[in-house]
Amino acid sequence: MHSLSVAEMASALTEGQCTSEELAQVFLDRIARFDTQLNSLITVDPERALAQARAADARRRQGGCGPLTGIPIIHKDIFLTQDQRTTCGSRMLERFVPHFDATIVARCAAAGLVTLGKSNMDEFAMGSSNETSYFGPVRNPWDTARVPGGSSGGSAAAVAARLAPLATGSDTGGSIRQPAALCGITGLKPTYGRVSRWGMIAFASSLDQAGVFGRDARDCALLLELMAGFDPRDSTSVDRPVPAYSASLEQSLAGLRVGVPAEFFGAGLEPAVGAAVETALAALKDLGATVHPVHLPNLGLSVPTYYTLAPAEASSNLSRFDGVRYGHRCEQPANLEDLYKRSRAEGFGTEVKRRIMIGTYVLSAGYYDAYYLKAQRCRRLITEDFRRAFETVDVLVGPTAPEVAFRLGEKTDDPVKMYLSDINTIAVNLAGLPGLSLPAGFVDGLPVGMQLIGPHFSEGRLLNVAHQFQRETDWHRQLPPAFA
Amino acid sequence: MSFTIETVRGIAHLARLAVDEPELEAYTQVLSRSLDLLAQINAADTTGITEMAHPLDVAQRLRPDAVTEPDVREACLAQAPAADAGLFLVPKVIE
Repeated sequence: MHSLSVAEMASALTEGQCTSEELAQVFLDRIARFDTQLNSLITVDPERALAQARAADARRRQGGCGPLTGIPIIHKDIFLTQDQRTTCGSRMLERFVPHFDATIVARCAAAGLVTLGKSNMDEFAMGSSNETSYFGPVRNPWDTARVPGGSSGGSAAAVAARLAPLATGSDTGGSIRQPAALCGITGLKPTYGRVSRWGMIAFASSLDQAGVFGRDARDCALLLELMAGFDPRDSTSVDRPVPAYSASLEQSLAGLRVGVPAEFFGAGLEPAVGAAVETALAALKDLGATVHPVHLPNLGLSVPTYYTLAPAEASSNLSRFDGVRYGHRCEQPANLEDLYKRSRAEGFGTEVKRRIMIGTYVLSAGYYDAYYLKAQRCRRLITEDFRRAFETVDVLVGPTAPEVAFRLGEKTDDPVKMYLSDINTIAVNLAGLPGLSLPAGFVDGLPVGMQLIGPHFSEGRLLNVAHQFQRETDWHRQLPPAFA
Repeated sequence: MSFTIETVRGIAHLARLAVDEPELEAYTQVLSRSLDLLAQINAADTTGITEMAHPLDVAQRLRPDAVTEPDVREACLAQAPAADAGLFLVPKVIE
């Protein structure tokens, strides 16, 4: 049951081969059996899940169900869940129990999805390996000595090990696409503004976007369809109709113009990863696509630009954690300043504090022009590169990450090394574009991810390309042997 | 090194983060390496380029000036580390 696609599970439910309650129990049992090895979940609530599953079954009997009614899901612990602890991977929010649901959580609940639990993540989504979580690192199901990627590492590892068929994630610099690549699943970061950020704990507000993880493109399309759309509570939410993503999957790729940016295949790329993506490109050609070399000359600026802007926004967003209104508070504060300083020092981990400090510095008087404004100008240069590329091609293709999953501890002593591993994903956030990662092969038993990037609001096209590729390949059907 | 211990001490104060002396040394080293990375943007020619703050370059949406949120005062106060009589409690700030 656990290895089926969501579409197949939904058919089984419709045909009465199983109930939502039985389906939820299958995954709860797998979580109990396997998650001690992965640490992919911070909170699991079987009672809540089973109650939701029984409600879904009742709804199905009354005939009022949608395509995903009764399907289990895991929410990244960055999304607020009413009356259920939401930690954002931080000691700061270790005991935080929100009084409302994030918009996407509410939309999933309204559609009848069953929440199994909340997934582990890098603290406040700051990390590329899931090693900065206060609740301990997540391990990669393909090799538990390796990282699952980050920051949505728990969601990706859980779906890869089939502890859930679907999961939500957030992507500020690659936090959906890179873990999807490293764990061998499909993950989509939509266009900025496509999915509501309301109730998603803020990291860098001009870059943050919620998205989806699934086994394949069809599963991602089904989930995105119900999550996306205008939300008056998010001031950056885009008021624009949501296409039926699952209805355009079968479109032919004949005549599709695929651009291959040379910059994605430069120094730092593991040759075997590049070779796997080249093979996948050949498969797209066989499907009727034409392949064209393109250039993103300012891509090299994206790492320093992102690591200026994202910490600046984070330092501002995270100033709300003051030990006064909610979250961690130190013992016996001597005065108000001591209360702020010690509550924050104790509540935040090292990487979060580093980014708050760098962000504070680039926004401070005397440095604001040289760093923050300069980075905002570089952001436009990078965005213009994409705009020009999309004048001649429909999608861009390259490796999602320059390497396969690395070992735990391999990059923790040098944050700059960790930052550089985001080279292929962060420009997409700076430009606000949609990006999708899908399995495209293996190197030494570890998954390789291929990234598809499209113009704003081209999610349907990306899912269509991914689905057509997945009709011809079976990389997305592979299960990590230890979790089969 | 791009940062001195004194600069980092000043930043930690602005960010309202308590950092003890041994930590300060470590932060100075790591943040200096980060700043060297950030400084690469200086090499870019951005003459005549307008700053970009929003990926879709759209203006802030406005809404009618009407009350839309319910009263969640009690729910919010229940989250506070210390609250009393409808107020958040902090150490005394006025003698």
